[in-house]
Amino acid sequence: MTTAPAGTVRQVMSFRLRDRVRHWLDSEPVLAYLFMSPGWLILLLFMSYPFFLGIWISLTDRTVGLPSGEFVGLRNYTELFRDRTFHLTVINTFIYGFVTVPFKLFLGLLLALLLNQAFPMRNVLRAALLLPWIVPTALSSLAWLMLYDAVLSPFSWLLKNWGLIESNIAFLGTRTNAIISLCIANIWRGTPFFAVAILAGLQAVPQELHEAAAIEGANRVQRFFAVTLPVIKGIVVITTLFSIIWTFADFQLVYVLTKGGPANSTHIFGTYAWQIGIGGAGKLGIGAAISLYMFPVLAVLSAILLRYVRSQEA
Amino acid sequence: MAQVIYDHVTKRFDGVIAVNDLTLEVKDGEFLVLVGPSGCGKTTALRCLAGLEEVSSGDIIIGDRVVTHIPPKDRDIAMVFQNYALYPHMTVYENMAFGLKLRKMPKQEIDRRVKEVAEMLGIQDLLNRKPRQLSGGQRQRVALGRAIVREPQVFLMDEPLSNLDAKLRVQTRGELIKLQRRLGVTTIYVTHDQVEAMTMGHRIAVMNQGVLQQLDTPENLYDHPANLFVATFIGSPAMNIFPARVVTGEGAVRLVAGDVTLESPAEQRGRLAEYANREVLVGIRPEDLIVQPGQVGEDRHLRLPVEIVEPLGSETLVHLRGPVGTLIAKADPHVHFSPGELASVRVKIEHLHAFDPQTELALF
Ligand SMILES: Nc1ncnc2c1ncn2[C@@H]1O[C@H](COP(=O)(O)OP(=O)(O)O)[C@@H](O)[C@H]1O
Ligand SMILES: [Mg+2]
Repeated sequence: MTTAPAGTVRQVMSFRLRDRVRHWLDSEPVLAYLFMSPGWLILLLFMSYPFFLGIWISLTDRTVGLPSGEFVGLRNYTELFRDRTFHLTVINTFIYGFVTVPFKLFLGLLLALLLNQAFPMRNVLRAALLLPWIVPTALSSLAWLMLYDAVLSPFSWLLKNWGLIESNIAFLGTRTNAIISLCIANIWRGTPFFAVAILAGLQAVPQELHEAAAIEGANRVQRFFAVTLPVIKGIVVITTLFSIIWTFADFQLVYVLTKGGPANSTHIFGTYAWQIGIGGAGKLGIGAAISLYMFPVLAVLSAILLRYVRSQEA
Repeated sequence: MAQVIYDHVTKRFDGVIAVNDLTLEVKDGEFLVLVGPSGCGKTTALRCLAGLEEVSSGDIIIGDRVVTHIPPKDRDIAMVFQNYALYPHMTVYENMAFGLKLRKMPKQEIDRRVKEVAEMLGIQDLLNRKPRQLSGGQRQRVALGRAIVREPQVFLMDEPLSNLDAKLRVQTRGELIKLQRRLGVTTIYVTHDQVEAMTMGHRIAVMNQGVLQQLDTPENLYDHPANLFVATFIGSPAMNIFPARVVTGEGAVRLVAGDVTLESPAEQRGRLAEYANREVLVGIRPEDLIVQPGQVGEDRHLRLPVEIVEPLGSETLVHLRGPVGTLIAKADPHVHFSPGELASVRVKIEHLHAFDPQTELALF
């Protein structure tokens, strides 16, 4: 029998430790969390912190310029119940978020189906299609502002020229007109996203399936429902949910076009929160409360979205 | 059920002639195999028949109707695709019922047909599954079932077995033959595999570069290839081909290749004599070279050195250094050959083939 020298023992032990660490790192959950940690940190820092700060501010009467405010409980929230502009804001946001979506979906689908056909210059057109979506909204909104101008609007000019109207249309002048105008601009901006997403889906539909269905007697429409739609269904649902969420949380288009006017009648959550919290009154507490009213809706939509994505993965 | 006629069908894709003046008559109830190397236009020919490609010129007739300009759905055909093309979101049942539903067939009738065909194919337990829950072989059956339930005039199959593993392919091959003989539906079957072609078809159409080379029964194709291409394409290992000079004199016609001289087959002397003092291409199948190891055998046997020996179990392939290039012979697997040694080779003269070196057409 021999005794191992001390050095060997130490070596063996350090080997064990290294093995253990290596083994530990080999485990998938550990590694997964390790890789996710930078993302988590960034999320904590830039999303969670402002979110919880926002909740805190919404419970105070803090105003712009003053270092801090008094804790007022849920008063900011209850006060908004009595605010007529806030009522309008809620209605507007829902109109803006939900009415535009069917149009974007339908137009996007149509565009995608068209662009999926073979024709010359197809790629140029496909690229051009994305423009409304790539151009910064702040910029394209300015173009819309010009198009909707009470005096210089080319729309009005054209319609007058054709003898269809007598005087200029007040595109942004009344609540109804302004909301319709906003929705049209929103549809213009949002349609490409639908079109591109659906086009990508269409390209994933195997040509053979269309041919098989054609031989079996399906016409174009029947083939769309039997072959195309099932393949792009997931994309359509996810795109729609995303679009609703984005429209709900929009700010730029409304801010540039109407600033919530006329007479505060076209606000959506984002613009009204900004106006109350920062723009006009500087009542940060109430502003924060307004934007937090968006939270339940967005949370529900996001939950649906996530559930759907997961169900597709399974 | 119906006959199918390709009448001078040509299909061009910008620049490429995929199918070149194809004229072909498939008899009612026949199993016709379209075979040829990859890219020779088999799929295109089939797709023209299905109506998935518009022909550039010529006519296609199914039954007694000219269908050249009729859309696929009105041609009363069913197609089995290489990748099966099953609708991924539909169950097996729905996949099979789809075409019938489109034809507004009553529910009970659809149900009866789907179940009957599923039973026939042994997939009755899979009816509620989605395609992705099936194995390759099962998907293949569903694709077949979907074609059968429609009871079409013609089945079109484009390499339907090529995605199966070797064993399943052989098994399914047999089942498919039985099924077709039983249903008696005219079937056009595309494959690049000459073994599949030989075992399955009543008749085989061999294509090369868009041109039909020969249309014949498997036996005739094998024994009497019309040209050099068919001779070397059909059969494995391929027919041995070597150039030889035709020498006449002393009342005999001989083929001379290097230091080897072969007598002409008696009944072909006249045909060969036309090529006196010119070269022809001589063909001989590996099984028509009878080899024995060593110097045994008669004087008129050839003595050729063995290059490589490939034992395949059921037979042994012996590569011999011939007068011009290598000759492959099939030998009894129980006889031992060693590379480097001489083998005695008897040529079955009566099975010789000869081809014109210019036209590559068979002389005999
Ligand atoms: N849609 C197409 N466009 C252009 N060329 C094609 C098309 N389809 C087939 N071809 C060409 O036609 C020829 C025959 O193709 P194919 O019928 O698919 O051959 P096979 O099925 O015998 O392998 C090939 O040269 C191929 O490149
Ligand atoms: Mg092919």
